[in-house]
Amino acid sequence: MGRVVVEVMPKPEILDPQGKAVVGALPRLGFTQFTSVRQGKRFELEVEGDVTPEVLAAAQAAAETLLSNPIIEDVVRVADVEADAAGTITSAGLA
Amino acid sequence: MTAVAPETLDGARVGVITFPGTLDDRDAARAVRLAGGTPVALWHADADLHGVDAVVIPGGFSYGDYLRAGAISRFAPAMGSVADAAQGGMPVLGICNGFQILTEAHLLPGSMVKNDHLQFICREQPLVVENASTAWTNQFEAGQRITIPLKNQDGQYVADERTLDELEGEGRVVFRYDGWNPNGSRRDIAGITNERGNVVGLMPHPEHAVEPGFGPAGKAGVRTGTDGLTFFTSVLAALVKA
Repeated sequence: MGRVVVEVMPKPEILDPQGKAVVGALPRLGFTQFTSVRQGKRFELEVEGDVTPEVLAAAQAAAETLLSNPIIEDVVRVADVEADAAGTITSAGLA
Repeated sequence: MTAVAPETLDGARVGVITFPGTLDDRDAARAVRLAGGTPVALWHADADLHGVDAVVIPGGFSYGDYLRAGAISRFAPAMGSVADAAQGGMPVLGICNGFQILTEAHLLPGSMVKNDHLQFICREQPLVVENASTAWTNQFEAGQRITIPLKNQDGQYVADERTLDELEGEGRVVFRYDGWNPNGSRRDIAGITNERGNVVGLMPHPEHAVEPGFGPAGKAGVRTGTDGLTFFTSVLAALVKA
């Protein structure tokens, strides 16, 4: 079973109200070194079998049509996590 | 449900689409009836619009606002038919979640993000009618001040500067928040239209201000405001003319 990760972030020029709320809360907990927070989304798409170039292309298309809205968001990553991060995902217990 | 359609408007059938999570379809249908039209219930999974003359996409939280408000509903079979009909000039009104669905469907430019203050807001909202020539506003006067309810969490209208300049230049800003901007919307924009003026979307709710006793405060006292009714009499007038 393969897994494709898609990451979507608010466009830099769009004010991110959720990120702003988070950055406001951090200093109250003593985390004073963070000057900005932007909050995005991570999708994990599973397929039967391996992540082929066709699967990646389909994930890219899905990311651009449904998973993101190009007016307010950018697709910043579409990746085969198993091949990409060599075990970081499995060691996190997500495999 | 007492209003009787005037003779001349008997044939005007206005569809109201229900999605999973829609809240205000009944109120929208009632508003159509009070204005003198015939409401027709439409279902999101049915691509057949049953020969309606106009469509209202009502407010609510379709699909729980999952992913993005309106993002999943935009791909409903009914929406494909609405997009085709809108290209052909059929009047379409998107209210709140309906406005979000219309932007996701690219029938209107821009998008909505979370309110700048991060709170759900519910208030009687004063608006200025900027464009009184659309299918849904032709019975207003340009510059008229109206009050209808506003209730949302993701109501901040955003678009790039070029799009905003285009909207302003072409007179496509239909409503602006009057006095206080309740959500951080760019240039106080509460509602917009397409180039042809048949598709209108706005965040506030005209269908909740159509009957004395149930709407916002009006000139005659509390709950007497019926400014929302004019949206629906406007579309019936536009259909009679067409």
